[in-house]
Amino acid sequence: MIGWCGSVRKPLIEGNSMTVKVKFFASLKEQMGCDGATVEIGEVATAADIWLQASGGKALPPNVLVAVNMEYTDQNHAVKSGDEVAFFPPVTGG
Amino acid sequence: MKIVVDTTPLSPWEALAEYEREVVAPAHPGRYGAAATFVGTMRDFNEGDAVQGMFLEHYPGMTEKQLGLIADEAFGQWSLLDGLLLHRVGELKPSEPIVVVAVWSAHRKDAFEACRFIMEALKSRAPFWKREELHSGSRWVEKNSEGY
Repeated sequence: MIGWCGSVRKPLIEGNSMTVKVKFFASLKEQMGCDGATVEIGEVATAADIWLQASGGKALPPNVLVAVNMEYTDQNHAVKSGDEVAFFPPVTGG
Repeated sequence: MKIVVDTTPLSPWEALAEYEREVVAPAHPGRYGAAATFVGTMRDFNEGDAVQGMFLEHYPGMTEKQLGLIADEAFGQWSLLDGLLLHRVGELKPSEPIVVVAVWSAHRKDAFEACRFIMEALKSRAPFWKREELHSGSRWVEKNSEGY
């Protein structure tokens, strides 16, 4: 069973921070070694910034899909405090 | 339109008959002239390999939300009376049904086209992922076969 990565906090030099919940699914969950994390980051951040912090600086694989609050978006989407940001491979249901 | 994502094994034909009898017929007596259905079933082969089992992962909340958006689009685009969408998740074995899509309308054009649209949109947008169990171990399915 793959568990939660825990809290990933970036030391802040100044200003306010926000907290977002990160989720990984399927093969990406296995690659990351956990199904998600809580990320604390500066007030201005995109989904790509969230990925970098949650993944420890790994490059975002090109085929990875991004969802914020369960809606598809792209890595340049600005996130807000309390958002749920998900990263997952192409879908294969049906 | 009723949408269910669940680990419970599907009985497509019983579910379709029951939904038409209990929901569609009472709500639209004499109004539906067409029902189009798609049933997807697990094969025991893929990409040239024997497949012994499958695990279907989903994103609880987002999967249902995306299926609801797809249903809304279908009802906006075609003249439909009702619909039923059932999708399995969890552990499956070959020959078990994976998905049921059905729509009821006055005429066949709307039913055929909407059923196809819902199924293809589900394949490309609903967050489900298949992991196949092979003799040599397991692997994630990387992409769907072409639908059109």
